[in-house]
Amino acid sequence: MNPSSWNLGHFRLFPESASTFCLQYDLLFWFITAVTVFFSLLVAGMLLVFMIRFRRKSDDEVPEGIHGSLALEVGWSALPFLLTMIMFFWGASIYANIRRPPDDALQVNVVGKQWMWKAQHMEGRREINELHIPVGRPVRVTLTSEDVIHSFYVPAFRTKQDAVPGRYTTTWFEATKPGEYHLFCAEYCGTIHSGMIGRIVAMEPAAFQSWLTGQEPGVPDLPPAVVGRQLFEQQGCATCHSGQPGARGPRLNGVYGSKQALAGGGQVVADDAYIRESILNPQAKVVAGFQPVMPTYQGLLSEENVMQLLAYVKTLAAEQQGGTHE
Amino acid sequence: MSAAPIPHAPGREAEVEGEEPTNYLNATYGIGSWLLTKDHKRIAILYIFGVTFFFLVGALFALGIRLELLTPQGDLFQSDTYNKVFTMHGIAMVFFFLIPSIPATLGNFLVPLMIGARDLAFPRINLLSWYIYMIGGILTLVAIAAGGVDTGWTFYTPYSSAYSMTNVLPAAIGVFIAGFSSILTGLNFIVTIHTMRAPGMTWFRMPLFIWGHYATSLIMILGTPVVAITIFLVGLERLFHFGIFDPTLGGDPILFQHLFWFYSHPAVYIMILPAQAVMSEIVTGMTRKRVFGYEFVAASSMLIAILGFLVWGHHMLVSGQSVYAGMIFSFLSMAVAIPSAVKVFNWTATVYGGSVSWEAPMIYALGFIGLFTVGGLTGLYLGTLGTDVHLHDTYFVVAHFHYVMVGGAVMGFLGGVHYWWPKMTGRMYPQMAAKIAAVLVFIGFNLTFFPQFVLGYVGMPRRYHVYPDEFQVLNVLSTAGATILGIGYLMPMIYLVWSLKKGEKAPANPWGATGLEWQTPSPPPTENFYRTPEVTWEAYDYPALAASGELARTKEVARG
Repeated sequence: MNPSSWNLGHFRLFPESASTFCLQYDLLFWFITAVTVFFSLLVAGMLLVFMIRFRRKSDDEVPEGIHGSLALEVGWSALPFLLTMIMFFWGASIYANIRRPPDDALQVNVVGKQWMWKAQHMEGRREINELHIPVGRPVRVTLTSEDVIHSFYVPAFRTKQDAVPGRYTTTWFEATKPGEYHLFCAEYCGTIHSGMIGRIVAMEPAAFQSWLTGQEPGVPDLPPAVVGRQLFEQQGCATCHSGQPGARGPRLNGVYGSKQALAGGGQVVADDAYIRESILNPQAKVVAGFQPVMPTYQGLLSEENVMQLLAYVKTLAAEQQGGTHE
Repeated sequence: MSAAPIPHAPGREAEVEGEEPTNYLNATYGIGSWLLTKDHKRIAILYIFGVTFFFLVGALFALGIRLELLTPQGDLFQSDTYNKVFTMHGIAMVFFFLIPSIPATLGNFLVPLMIGARDLAFPRINLLSWYIYMIGGILTLVAIAAGGVDTGWTFYTPYSSAYSMTNVLPAAIGVFIAGFSSILTGLNFIVTIHTMRAPGMTWFRMPLFIWGHYATSLIMILGTPVVAITIFLVGLERLFHFGIFDPTLGGDPILFQHLFWFYSHPAVYIMILPAQAVMSEIVTGMTRKRVFGYEFVAASSMLIAILGFLVWGHHMLVSGQSVYAGMIFSFLSMAVAIPSAVKVFNWTATVYGGSVSWEAPMIYALGFIGLFTVGGLTGLYLGTLGTDVHLHDTYFVVAHFHYVMVGGAVMGFLGGVHYWWPKMTGRMYPQMAAKIAAVLVFIGFNLTFFPQFVLGYVGMPRRYHVYPDEFQVLNVLSTAGATILGIGYLMPMIYLVWSLKKGEKAPANPWGATGLEWQTPSPPPTENFYRTPEVTWEAYDYPALAASGELARTKEVARG
């Protein structure tokens, strides 16, 4: 251990606060802390007082036994129960908020991978172990993992969400002040787990816009929907999903977000999870009127590719609204 | 208050004559007489060697962790090594120390004694459970020696089943095997408590220690098979690529978490219920007072065992589980906190108006109540939905479960060892040294783990080998505390071993406590009681004990 490794100057006892969750979060946190401190001191104080006041005075001393008291038992069950119910309802309302992104949120896709975070904005710009976002606007992050479970954790925003392979999870936040904040992986993911860290760069909206349209030197990043369209053609998806009558696969215009009847009966909403499953495990839920002939694309497409195809399928839904049907 | 006289302890005659009476320790000699024993008391001693050994193994890994985290850089270990060190700390401590610690040692020794039985219902199965435990432990040690395992003690998939390049299989098989030992112990206790209680020992005359172990045994036999099957499935996926948890094979990694926590959350109660059971005995014994609200403490144990099975999803609040599932698990987690709170209040009320001894077991008991209270209350932050999101998988969680498992279960274990040591060995230990050790453990523990609550709130994730600079000060404090804690743990090992040869001879009832185990000599004869006791009094009937002249006798023996 060399002396330069001892950098004790800047330490903190409170996390940074930089999202709209922080205030509501910290209020509840300090409420629970008040309850914890009160009861800890109450129990410790009573025990110490009783220890001293009732210390044994002679070897053969035997105190009166007390069998108990129903009133006390009911009281000290009911009071903690009431306090925990306050915590439960308060916590549940915050949780419901943290878990439900607003509709107008800015979309970002993030894929966890041993041991990095790969992000792509809908305008095309990609980044690794960094995520630029505007302040004052909700940002919705769709997460998945290329390998093991990771967890997207921004302490300054008081939010965390696991990135689970094989499924999409979402989280959201709204930054309140520009700055750089830690992005940690919070779920142990192997050798360089503690190196799977990055930073969130929160910028003023104007600065963010110019960052977003600016490009790194080299090959420019295309928007995911555009890459998705290219993949759609390169992978031969268009052969079956041509939209022609009698095609082997269903037409994809207007599919996203709609209800689809399934071959085995029942129906499914064609959301992110369903589209993803239909690409990687096409036999799972076949649309009514079609044969289970589509091969799997598992192993042929990375999670980022699947997200790009998904972005393309979403644009098809938008096209349909201004289109010929209905 | 009934004044039913407690009969004179049988076997006292031999004790008075001054020559060493035959007891379970000197009945037979030789290593074979120990390794093939069917005496529950000797098997308890075998388990004490086992759990102490694994505690030392786990502690060695803890030392590695604390030294590495002194600085933000990784300067002591490579990342892979560090990951193995914290994994093996967890595996050794959870599966091979904490789970068997109290039930297999103190429980094994005391359950038959407390209910007036000659032995457990199935003595051979009891011995088998020790061998199974040791085989599981040795296999895990082999896995460690052969290069270790790096999945974390939780074995989360698909990392454990598809990505880790370490000895997951041998370690998992070790844990799988050890699980059977737990199941057999639980089975043995339940049958014993149902069928072998002495005449007059009705359910509501049983010491609370027995209620606690009954509740623990239920979890052992209902929960352990689930984790065994889960670990078996991880093995199948790793070896034969069955698609169970790995999504590239069509599996679901979250399924593993459901199965794993269905056992591993109740497993927390396997660790804490016996410690609470020990507390109920020490607090009454050291205050010579009937426990306040006996029925409520007994019912709390059962309620914890039952509700404990319904809260596993609070480990998965940020896994992507549905919001509504999260709400149900959060609600039930709040409910399971209440019986533990009830116990703490009842113990405190028991001390009120007692004749409080300041001897070492009581100091440990106070330490337990203090640390367990903090551990339990900080669970509220993690059971509450909103607050868990930020604290999940941070050092706050590490601090919380160490307050419960180390502050609670280990403190309870040490308290119990100090309380029943005279009974088990026939020797007293130096009181002052024991009190100093208890205080050192308490101070060292708080200094080690309190800073970790702050670390977690500030945002340091757990299982980090390298960390940002701003977390260093709190980590240095934590390592300093661990040093004191280590000394506090080493002290009892020294003075307890010393007491075996040099300690004062212990009387049958050194604390002047009720309970059948104090009515037979220290150490007890192989058959536990010379005559089958007949129970006509309630548990913790101190006035009756005093009326029988027992307390006066205790004093004589202690002075003589």
